[in-house]
Amino acid sequence: MSNAPVLKGSSFTLSILQLFDSDTDRALAYLAGKVSQAPAFFAQAPLILNVEQVEGDLAFARLKNGIEKLGLHVVGVVGCERTAQQEQAFAAGIPRLRPGSQGSELDIPKGPARTAKASKVVRTPVRSGQQIYAKGRDLVVLGHVSHGAEVIADGSIQIYGTLRGRALAGAAGNGDCHVLCGNQQAELISIAGNYWLSEQIDKQFWQQQVLVTQRDDALQMETIRL
Amino acid sequence: MARIIVVTSGKGGVGKTTSSAAIASGLALAGHKTAVIDFDIGLRNLDLILGCERRVVYDFVNVLNGEASLQQALIKDKRSENLFILPASQTRDKDALTMEGVQQVLSELDQLGFEFVICDSPAGIEHGAMMALYFADEAIITTNPEVSSVRDSDRILGILDAKSKRAEKGLEPVKQHLLITRYNPSRVDAGEMLSVDDILEILNIPLLGVIPESQSVLNASNKGVPVVFEEQADAGQAYQDAVARLVGEDKPMRYVKAEKKSLLKRIFGG
Repeated sequence: MSNAPVLKGSSFTLSILQLFDSDTDRALAYLAGKVSQAPAFFAQAPLILNVEQVEGDLAFARLKNGIEKLGLHVVGVVGCERTAQQEQAFAAGIPRLRPGSQGSELDIPKGPARTAKASKVVRTPVRSGQQIYAKGRDLVVLGHVSHGAEVIADGSIQIYGTLRGRALAGAAGNGDCHVLCGNQQAELISIAGNYWLSEQIDKQFWQQQVLVTQRDDALQMETIRL
Repeated sequence: MARIIVVTSGKGGVGKTTSSAAIASGLALAGHKTAVIDFDIGLRNLDLILGCERRVVYDFVNVLNGEASLQQALIKDKRSENLFILPASQTRDKDALTMEGVQQVLSELDQLGFEFVICDSPAGIEHGAMMALYFADEAIITTNPEVSSVRDSDRILGILDAKSKRAEKGLEPVKQHLLITRYNPSRVDAGEMLSVDDILEILNIPLLGVIPESQSVLNASNKGVPVVFEEQADAGQAYQDAVARLVGEDKPMRYVKAEKKSLLKRIFGG
């Protein structure tokens, strides 16, 4: 895991002070009344100014000071259309926020349609020296996989016969894949690059029906009964 | 149509040529017109096992190059009128084998009315072995009861499934038969050899026969008489059984259990 900082997006519920004119005193008085009603709610709370309907110039610095005295912090201004107003706000230390599109039309990226690719099914035994690769999908072998044979899949691998060769699941890096075999005598079993050689596999799993998965970056093997 | 049967193994020295000679002779003795072709170009052995090395004039490569006709090169066996041998060349190398040439020879043999064509493959998985198995309808996989031989046989089975003409054309797959040679039941019992069941478990193809390890095989080879003619010998009988199974007869497996030594044999040695 990397500890480098990253930029992420998120959404929060914030209070917005809707202003209708440039009368800062009235605004501060209104806010002071609100804060006195619920001091705990407003303590160190962030606040956004909406100046969309304000016609004239607004004393941003004065307003900001007044608000801070009430124990709140101005974190941004919205509806700030005129350039002069934007500069005044920014000079007072208030960043401009762009209002999000109304409604909740979230911009969901349109990826390719998520159609599951059918598994590759091998009906003949996989003999020594043969290599079978199921690209971008699961692999099902109905017979044996011999010594010196290799079966590889970007997805999971299920071998209904005896596995004497090598089985490499999650070849494209997917660690959620599994390897299942009817009789485990493997030379090598791998999931997403994590592998066990036959001598690393516990004797109790020899010639057993097993399921191999990956958990916490380590392979797990268990005997199963069907 | 002639049944084209390749005798192959991957590994060398397991008994391909001995088995080719014995099975071809057995088929001929049973009345089937049989040709046996030595594909081991450069290491001509089949004619020795069949005892016709002094009668080789033209060979397989001569026929492929158009230097001799097939009839000129075929050697008629002295013991059986149904058996013909097409010997390999001792002086050329395996590159002389071409796909078109081999196909031409096989179709001519078919036109000459041969029922069986036995192709004696060289060891390995190189060009010569590929040529021997490419046109086969059936394959006899010769295996000794030890791990390296079994693994090489497995490799050859994979090649038959992937690279033979039948596989490439999407026809019915090559019919596979397992022939276990040099089997010694008492050594199996002692844990020194793989058992028939161990081998079948790994290779998973039908068993054609089990040939016991026997002095008679070596004697027969040295005399140039296929062991199948040694009617009293265990190996000869085992080959006869295998031939019978090849033509569809049902025969029980013999020589797969260790013989119990009698008390007298134990005392005096046997």
